[in-house]
Amino acid sequence: MEVKVVRKVLDVNDTNAQRNRLRFAEKKVFVLNVMSSPGSGKTTLLQKTLAEIMPDIRTGVIVGDICTSNDADRLSAAGVPVVQVNTDEFGGDCHLAAHVIEKAAENFDLDALDLLIVENVGNLVCPAEFDIGENARAVVLSVTEGEDKPIKYPLMFRESDAAVLNKTDLLPYLDYDRDAAVDYIHQVHPGMPVFELSAKTGEGLAAWVDWIRGKVRGKG
Amino acid sequence: MHEMGIAMQVVEIAAASIPPEMAGSRVERVNLKVGKLAAVVPDSLRFCYDVVIRDTPLAGSVLHIQEIPVTAECGDCGHSWTADRPEFRCGACGSGNVRIVSGQELEIISIDIEDP
Ligand SMILES: Nc1nc2c(ncn2[C@@H]2O[C@H](COP(=O)(O)OP(=O)(O)OP(=O)(O)O)[C@@H](O)[C@H]2O)c(=O)[nH]1
Ligand SMILES: [Mg+2]
Ligand SMILES: [Zn+2]
Repeated sequence: MEVKVVRKVLDVNDTNAQRNRLRFAEKKVFVLNVMSSPGSGKTTLLQKTLAEIMPDIRTGVIVGDICTSNDADRLSAAGVPVVQVNTDEFGGDCHLAAHVIEKAAENFDLDALDLLIVENVGNLVCPAEFDIGENARAVVLSVTEGEDKPIKYPLMFRESDAAVLNKTDLLPYLDYDRDAAVDYIHQVHPGMPVFELSAKTGEGLAAWVDWIRGKVRGKG
Repeated sequence: MHEMGIAMQVVEIAAASIPPEMAGSRVERVNLKVGKLAAVVPDSLRFCYDVVIRDTPLAGSVLHIQEIPVTAECGDCGHSWTADRPEFRCGACGSGNVRIVSGQELEIISIDIEDP
């Protein structure tokens, strides 16, 4: 006998994410989920970004680092509250789930924040599937990765609101076709803003920072 | 990569869906819909499922995965198509105002329980 079920497999996560979203809205905190493959430069980008937006945008960071506290240490140096979520709390998973964010967020005084940035676990597959209650998603791609990453990991690029093409300072040394990379991004997600920048030198950073400022200002 | 976690959710939902009056009957099959755009690899999901069902009411059951093709529809000209590659610009008018109609599913449809 066939018993009808019809339920989303991730509906528990979706429900938790929705609860987060309501709580962040109530506290007027904008949440930005930053994702990429390992080593694309998320932490470096956030360090540079924090230096620009603090203190006028009061920011907190949640960082999902599987084994070390390196990223948390680097980000704390920027003078922002940082909460690290590591493997013990979420079973060595390859993404941050909504209930993990809910718990991590308890460590912040949300009334004292305008922006909460989540550095997700370095992975282009799994985080795309897990809503954490964020308001916007940014995916970071670096020019040392293949131009065709966007069409290999389409869900991530489809679900993001902005893309960063990082490490442009290395372009002179590489055989990298940046137009092809941008075109692949736009195949998957037409019209998505793409910020070509170097987190290392700061070149191109301003447009990305403006995008964040606009997002945070526009929040309800 | 997160197939183990997905398999655990599937088992939890499916086990909770066994009607109380049928508790103890054998579950033969769990029917799942997985969109081709979902970040899930069917083979590894089936593998994880077989590991996770041990010692649960679903032990011995089979995970049946129906893969759903990706279809998209243009919001400007109405053109719709099956996307066999991740191209979401309209092939008819070039618009980027495109909606994904199917292909992102990750849903339990039903469970098949042995008739008493
Ligand atoms: N040349 C160059 N190197 C960069 C740039 N951004 C980051 N890097 C380097 O790339 C490496 C990885 O950077 P991280 O910022 O740790 O990258 P991540 O994405 O946070 O890495 P995980 O958290 O481990 O996934 C480091 O050696 C950085 O110094 C850049 O714009 N240019
Ligand atoms: Mg990092
Ligand atoms: Zn069209």
